[in-house]
Parts: sequence; C-alpha cells; structure tokens
Amino acid sequence: MQLSREELLKAYQGMCLIREFDDAVHYEFAADAMPGFVHLYVGEEASAMGICMNLNEKDTIASTHRGHGHCIAKGCDVTDMMKELYGKKDGICGGKGGSMHIADLSKGMLGANGIVGGGPPIVLGAALTYKTKKMNNVSVGFFGDGASNQGSISESMNMASVLKLPAIFVCEDNGYAESTAREYAVGGKILDRGKAFGLDSHEVDGDNFFEVYEAAKHVIDNARNGKGPALLHIKTSKVYGHFEGDAISYRTKEENERIKNDEDPLKIFKKKVIDAGLLELTQLENIENESKSKIKKAIEESKDAAFPNPNDLLTDVYIKY
Amino acid sequence: MSIKTYREAINEALLQEMKKDENVIVIGEDVAGGAGTNGEQDAWGGVLGVTKGLLKHFGRERIIDTPITETAIMGMASGAALTGLRPVAELMFVDFMGVCFDQILNQTAKFRYMFGGKAVTPLTIRTMYGGGLRAASQHSQCLYPMFTHVPGIKVVLPSNPYDAKGLLIQSIRDNDPVIFMEHKNLYDTSGDVPDESYSIPFGEANFTREGKDLTFIAMGQTVAICNNVADTLKKEGKTCTVLDLRTLSPLDEDSILEAAEETGKVVIVDESYPRCNVATDISALICQNSFDSLKAGIKMVTPPHTPVPFSPPLEDLYLPSEEKVLNAAKEIL
Repeated sequence: MQLSREELLKAYQGMCLIREFDDAVHYEFAADAMPGFVHLYVGEEASAMGICMNLNEKDTIASTHRGHGHCIAKGCDVTDMMKELYGKKDGICGGKGGSMHIADLSKGMLGANGIVGGGPPIVLGAALTYKTKKMNNVSVGFFGDGASNQGSISESMNMASVLKLPAIFVCEDNGYAESTAREYAVGGKILDRGKAFGLDSHEVDGDNFFEVYEAAKHVIDNARNGKGPALLHIKTSKVYGHFEGDAISYRTKEENERIKNDEDPLKIFKKKVIDAGLLELTQLENIENESKSKIKKAIEESKDAAFPNPNDLLTDVYIKY
Repeated sequence: MSIKTYREAINEALLQEMKKDENVIVIGEDVAGGAGTNGEQDAWGGVLGVTKGLLKHFGRERIIDTPITETAIMGMASGAALTGLRPVAELMFVDFMGVCFDQILNQTAKFRYMFGGKAVTPLTIRTMYGGGLRAASQHSQCLYPMFTHVPGIKVVLPSNPYDAKGLLIQSIRDNDPVIFMEHKNLYDTSGDVPDESYSIPFGEANFTREGKDLTFIAMGQTVAICNNVADTLKKEGKTCTVLDLRTLSPLDEDSILEAAEETGKVVIVDESYPRCNVATDISALICQNSFDSLKAGIKMVTPPHTPVPFSPPLEDLYLPSEEKVLNAAKEIL
C-alpha cells in the first residue's frame, strides 16, 4: 500500500463529498427546488477520486455532462458549484453555465460538457500546450461508454498518439448510454479501440478506489515522463438514471439493488481500510458527518443567494467587441 | 511598402507574429506537408501554398502537420488557446466545418459566456471559402453567415492584400476566437502591403469609393466587383459609395447606416446562399433604422438558393458578377 493515512482520508473525504453533493441534488431536484436538468455521479465516485488524486493543481481535466464528481475531485468549491446549480450570481460560472458547464480554470477544470464526446478534443489542446512549453503536466479527458462511439473520441486518441501528447483518456463505462445498453451500442471492445490507436490501454474495476488509483498512477506518471497517451476503461455503475426524473425502467429491480448494495465504491473502500486496519471507523464516520453538514450549508447558502442582474445577460460574450 | 499578393500578405503576417510571440503556433493538414516521408519537407506549405516557408523558421514543433481529423484539430486548437498558447488552426476548406462544427459552435464560442467570463481563448481559425475555381458543391461555399450567426466568434473577411495582413495580425493578437476567411480567388491578387507589422481594428468598415448616387455594400471578393462597377458608373456620370465590411462580427452598423442614408439607394452584394445571409441581415438593419432615407427598395445580388454547381457555364451563372451588379444598380439609379 503506497497511500499514507492522510491520503486515504483525503480519498474518503472526496468520495463522501461527491456522494453527499449529488444525493442532495437528487432530493432538491425531486422537490422542484432546482432549475434545468442534472446528471448524477452517485456510484462512480472512486473513478473521479482515483484519477484526480494523481493530478496536481496545474494538471487539467475536461469532464462530461455527469461532471459534479470530477469537479469536486479536481478541487472546485462545492458551495460555488451548488450556487451555480441554482443559477445564482455567485455561482462558479456566474449562473451562466449550470450543471453541465461547471468550470474553474484556476483549478485546472476545463469544463463539464453538454456534448457527448465534447471534452477529449479540448484535452488534446491542453496536452499540446504542455508539450510545446515543455511543462511537466498532463491533461485527462473523461467520457462515457456512450461517447466512446463518437468520432471525436477516435480522432482524439489518434491525434494524441500521432503527436505523443501527455493526454489520458478515461472512459467511465457505467453500462448505459441514456437508456441503451453498452452491449447493444458498442461494437467490439472499448479497450481494443485504445490499443488500435497505439495507446497504453487498461481495463479497471471502477468500484475499487485502489485499483483506479494504481492504474491512473501508472499511466499518468508515464505521460508526465514523455511516454505518451493512455486509455483507462473504467467499469462502473451509476445509482440514479441518466438524468433526474429518469424512472430507470430499462434496469431490473435486481440490478438496481446490486448496484446499491454490492457495487458501492464507498462501502467497498470503507470495508477494505477497516479490515486492513488502515483507518478507524470513527474517522470515517466523522468524514461522513462533515460532508453532510458541508453540503447542507452549501444548499442553504445557495437558496439564499441572489440571482444574476439583468445586465449580466449581455456580458462575457466577448472580451472586446 | 511593396507589392505583394494576398497569399504573401497572409504568409508575412504569420511569419511576423510567430517571430514576435513564441506562443503562436500553426496547426493543420499539410500546413508544411511531407510529414513522415523521405521526400521534401514543407512539400506543400498548405494546399494552396499559403503557409509555405514557415517550417524552416519555426520547425515542426510550431508548424504542426496533423492527420486529416478536423474535430481533433479544432478541439486541440481550442484547448491550447484556453491553456496559454495562441494557435492559428487551419480548416482547409470552410466546407469542412461539417465535420468539426461542434468544437467551434458548442465549445470555443461558448467558453467565455458559459464559464462566467473566466475563459480566454485567443484562437484564430484560418479557412478558405468561395466559388470560381470549379471546385463544385463541397469546396466552393461561403458559409460565413453560419459563423456570423453564432455569438462568441468574430468573423473576418479581408478583401485585399493590405487588409489580409493587418486583419490577420489583429486576429492573432485578439483574445477572442476569430474565424479568418480567405477567398480562394483572391490569393493571386496583388496590392501595396507595408513590410512592417500593423493591425487593422475589427468592426471598422472601409469606404473604398465615395459617391452621391448609390451605395454598394460588399464583403470579401465582392468588394472588387463593386469597385469595378462603381468605376464603370462614374464614366456614365453616376458616383457611388462602396463599403467594404471587413468584419461581419463585429459589424460596423454605424458606417452601414451612414452609407445607406447618404445616397438612399443600396445594393448589397453577397456571394453566400440567399436565405438568412449577410445581405438579408444588413437589409433588415437598414430598414429598421433608416427606412425614411431610402429612395428605392434595397437590391440584393446573391447566388440562387442552390448548391454551387461544377460545370463552368453553370458556376458563372451562379456567382455574382459585375454584369449582375451593374444591372441591379441601374434598376434603382
């Protein structure tokens, strides 16, 4: 085990904060308190934390429509994020982006993305900047099993391979693209697509934080050292549906139960660290309680916060026009 | 000052900006050419030779030949701009926006607004447009109205070598995403171009002729057509204004209205498809603001609503010509 106690605590803090954030959004949305539409990351927390704990603040990521977890793992402020979800002026994007466009460039978060397969081409550019300026950084592009069928993903993997860019492609495969199963929509294997472009490609159990962390460490260290791009195919599952309000009728009751009970990355992490005597149960429970109160406070502050002013409609289209 | 072609003016702008700022890089298909071959490096310098010679100054780290992969090119250029470079990405023919528009429309153009004003994306997309080379339906379109329609992008259409250099330098230095559109029929046209570096501000249309009887509003290649027609009419005793828009976004609305009000007779010449194009947009602008000054209905000279044909007689029939512009002017003079 390479991780220190502090790192283990940090991993659990991150995963709990993501869980609490999106669980809270689930309830708020159901109560009609939140505008727009949201896609929740509950059940996939080990992926975001396992990847992002290998990144520093100057490394970058581009996320997906299911992006809250990536944002939190990369260090975005949860209160500013929550205000954004409510469309408030002090939101992380001034209320102009919403759930699908959360970005904080100062944290290396290049944006969630409303277009399936939209992020990885942008990651190429960040990686090109690092290569051109001889910087020791990497850029990570998240996408899903649905996006794996978009041409943008194939084009990005090929370009990264041709230019030997420090770009990591992370396919978070939760088994469903909207209501359509991976088994129906993906021809061949996602892993083989990475291999076909010459990428160092690995399949990873996304419910197991430690497995994600180790695989990410391997490919990110390599990319940092000029060894080129890689693909991680992370097998995971999401607790909620494609978007909030999805009745998930395409999944069976048994499958839903299995995802909740047997494939919960937080439960799996907790059991592993307690069984191995690495952390105390009380430490973990404290983290759970802290996350709950932090998110509760973020929601209260967000509800009280002001909406943008009418003149905010017209600003920030251009720097100068 | 010396005589240079439109192509040379663009090449010189790139050379000077790349020497000035090491963050400026060129990305595209065959922008040098010969990558991975045992033959000539810089074999093409762009499909029509516009970037030829840059490779020997800057090497393959800054003149980056890519695979044929427009989505990855546009995405990479956008991401590089977002993280500290100042890329000039080439979309070989504007028609190829069909395979990469998401990265322009939904990503680059919207970064600044949807990220609450925090993104700076100093990206220049150079692209080639327009008919006349018998290149048929997929290599001859204008499509600039489609970019002009999108908030967050600036759209630049230089009509001559002097403007090409000054507007490209401004595009590269500008901190917003810019699409810089080069009419392929203009590459071999020549004019006076200063040797030193200079920039032309966006949103300032250029009066290339001034007159009392009629106003032509033009952009890109149609400016030369209108200048020639204005010169013809002058011999017949009618003086005309020609306004070269230079940039479609931002649009110099003040100069358009001033030019329209001064003569009260307007002919707009636009090579793009006639529905929802620049001519209809400007016509609406004038009607909304200067209706009382008009002495005749506004005339628009555009192609018909068809794809660009291949056969030379059909393409000639399709494109705006001096004859069509002259006839339109005479109908209201």
